[in-house]
Amino acid sequence: MSEVETPKALTGIAGWTDDRFHAARGMRVLMRKVFPDHWSFLLGEIALWSFVILLLTGTFLSLFFVPSMNEVVYHGTYTKLNGVRMSEAFQSTLRISFDVRGGLLLRQIHHWAADLFMVAITAHMLRIFFTGAYRKPREVNWLIGIVLFSLGLIEGLFGYSLPDDQLSGAGLRIFEGVLQGIPIIGTYAAYFLFGGPFPGHDIVPRMYIIHVLLIPGLILALVTAHLFIMVHQKHTQMPGLGKTEKNVAGQPFYPYFLAKGTAWFFFIFAALALLATFAQINPIWLYGPYSPVAISSASQPDWYMGILEGALRMMPAWEINFLGHTLTLSVLIPFALPLTIILGGATFWPWFERWATGDQSYHHLNDRPRNAPIRTATGVAAVTFYGVLWAEGANDVLADKLSIPLYTITWISRVLIFVGPAFAFYATRRICLGLQRKAAEELSHGFESGIIRQLPHGEFLEMHRPLSVEARAVAAAKKPVPALPRAGSEDVNGIPAPAGRGALGWLRARANSAFTETVEAPNGHANGHGEEHAAVGAGSDDAAGELPPGESH
Amino acid sequence: MSDMEETEGPVPPRRVIGTPPPGGLLGDGSRAGNGHARGDGRGDVGRRSDESDEAEHFEGKLPTDPPDMARAKRAERVVALSFIIAFLAGCGFIAAYVGLEVHSVDATLRSNLALGISLSVVLLGLGFGALIWVRNLMPDVETVEERHAPRSDDKDRQAFQEYFEEGAVTSQFTKRPLVRRTLMLATLPLAAAPVVLLRDLGPLPGTSLRHTVWSPGRRLLVYGTNQPLTPAEFSVPGSMITIAPEGYQDNQDEMAKAAVILIKLRPGELHIPTTYNGGTLVSTMNWTVDNTIVAYSKICTHVGCPVALYEQTTHHILCPCHQSTFDAANGANVIFGPAARPLPQLPLAVNSDGYLVAKSDFTQPVGPSFWERG
Repeated sequence: MSEVETPKALTGIAGWTDDRFHAARGMRVLMRKVFPDHWSFLLGEIALWSFVILLLTGTFLSLFFVPSMNEVVYHGTYTKLNGVRMSEAFQSTLRISFDVRGGLLLRQIHHWAADLFMVAITAHMLRIFFTGAYRKPREVNWLIGIVLFSLGLIEGLFGYSLPDDQLSGAGLRIFEGVLQGIPIIGTYAAYFLFGGPFPGHDIVPRMYIIHVLLIPGLILALVTAHLFIMVHQKHTQMPGLGKTEKNVAGQPFYPYFLAKGTAWFFFIFAALALLATFAQINPIWLYGPYSPVAISSASQPDWYMGILEGALRMMPAWEINFLGHTLTLSVLIPFALPLTIILGGATFWPWFERWATGDQSYHHLNDRPRNAPIRTATGVAAVTFYGVLWAEGANDVLADKLSIPLYTITWISRVLIFVGPAFAFYATRRICLGLQRKAAEELSHGFESGIIRQLPHGEFLEMHRPLSVEARAVAAAKKPVPALPRAGSEDVNGIPAPAGRGALGWLRARANSAFTETVEAPNGHANGHGEEHAAVGAGSDDAAGELPPGESH
Repeated sequence: MSDMEETEGPVPPRRVIGTPPPGGLLGDGSRAGNGHARGDGRGDVGRRSDESDEAEHFEGKLPTDPPDMARAKRAERVVALSFIIAFLAGCGFIAAYVGLEVHSVDATLRSNLALGISLSVVLLGLGFGALIWVRNLMPDVETVEERHAPRSDDKDRQAFQEYFEEGAVTSQFTKRPLVRRTLMLATLPLAAAPVVLLRDLGPLPGTSLRHTVWSPGRRLLVYGTNQPLTPAEFSVPGSMITIAPEGYQDNQDEMAKAAVILIKLRPGELHIPTTYNGGTLVSTMNWTVDNTIVAYSKICTHVGCPVALYEQTTHHILCPCHQSTFDAANGANVIFGPAARPLPQLPLAVNSDGYLVAKSDFTQPVGPSFWERG
């Protein structure tokens, strides 16, 4: 059969393994597992490979890092800090940077990889959301993704706080200040986490063990579950010719995806190595060791914490005092509300959508974002909400670069946080419907070829060409959302539809009518201008494989 | 698959970037050159295999050779060249590790550059080689597998339910509530144990957030030089300096609460209202020196950053973290930003030696708000 003989050692090992684990059967299926090809499917892989790189580089760093807040006086390679008091954590980070060969490079790869990890998770989640890939049966993997994102936030915060430098120390101070503000348990939570008053001597070793053991372990377990579920449930696929809810098309894992995935890993690693070589990140020696008395202007956290920073900056000074207690809304609202809206919204969205559409079926074929206008508009509104908060997190830098007064920027963001998402929702919905209309038109009339033809009687007209079968399969992928019984509707016996009863029923009917909104497909060719198209079709040199226009319905 | 047959398909035109890929699913005689007949040629939609043919996983043979052997030969050379470059760069990486010392900033930069570039080239060489390999050496195929609904069939579901119920009955769990309830009772304290075990993570806050180490007569030291200060030495209007309580200048925990900014204003600029909070005096002109020197807590009342920026023309104190802005001339009242309360004022006096000292501790808690603050 095959032209190569498998080396005897390999068949020996395979046989030995199968005799004990019954592995051949599973491997046989896995080797031929289909991986659909779409650029957006690589985003999750970036997150996966970044995590692998984080584990590799993090292990190296942990061999040299000293997670201790004992105070020492520095005398070392970075002479500008000679004689300065600092914690052993900061000193050992200086040592990694200046006295361990490759230490600076791996430290910078580690930091860049953490930022890329969060970028990739975010992009991957947006892809999943906008294509509806979270729908049944994949809701659990969607939830795992949200937990992974949240764990990534904490892991990143604790990781960049470990060196005990001025910048991250200010971040920890803010974190502690926010903790204190939590009603009833706040001061206890802060004292227990920090082992007493801020900054204490416990926070770095505690963050360290959480950062290197607890959270990576959780992430590793959840990533494993994420991948197992994905393999078990098989990939979704983008709509296209021959793609159905019943199949999945792509290239087999072995050897194709194995090679592609490996190449992708090397490219991601290479990109991080290049960044670490040429783009300095977190130069803690410039920030200096942490002191609770010092601060530098334009202090920004790593990008993924920017939304919290922006929320804190945007918030007006609201505080309630009652019965000898203080409720510090100017801290609590920014701390809790934005992430609750975004992560809570993401958590409940699949169930909300199912409730609003009444859709209980399986979905393996992704939606094009335009074909689900309410979902897409909600997603863009959420991105806008996030974006305004994120930009406000750098309001001092924006004020400086754009020469706009600082307070003006904050006031603009206070308005935009409400207006921006509303406008984004409205505009996105309109754009989606417009794109649907265009697809419907192209399906029935063909696309504008850009070729102008003059008819014998002098009239000019632009030739329309019918879509290719591939493009037609994509354009026709929109599936209508079934309408639920309207609120107040009655059956033949005059009994109101159960779904339409009460305030919740009314709400569901409203949501359903928004979800079912679609464009009317044009009437096809029986509308008086079929002749033009016939002429165009006849005159054009259709590529082989394109259907003649008459068959378009 | 029984419907396999070897066909020598025509070589399709090269795909142009930006154009849609040729259609058709599965196996692909024409592109693979040497594929199997279930392929039936991409783009030839009319003969596309229908779904009932699709196996749960693709069981046919993968093609053995790429369609264009000349092109494959070129690709082979490119791949090999990439791997050779990666090998050389890898040797370079090790050489750079061995040959380039660190232990100075310049040497570290050189080492970082050499290690980083060589590592990047290794990774790029491997990645590029693997990519060319899979794209130009492996014959392009597309395979299809069938999906099945995850739902088990009714027989299995029913059997599961029956087993579950039988087991519950057999174990007596449902029949003997005494056993069931005492079991649950027994696990309750155990479930609470992890929370209890965390108690010694830290001391209880008590009233420690309400007090700092400032006490009557404690001298103000200039932070950094650790020298005490007389009003005469601090005579330039517009100045702002950071102050530590004597004896605690190196104590981070205490400095995180007790750090103070001392500001000198021109005569007549300072207008501190006399205000009370629940009967406690919290600000007054009497706590300034010469009606021109005033001390406020440096810890922002928002979330605790040090308020380090001072604009002398407007007397504004700005926190760089979240831009809470306080008016130094007017009791550090909040002008803008998320901070809800003025910076607490430290009562000042001059001792018999002429040095600036604290008259007392702050009369209200410094720093961020907390639940018990009131």
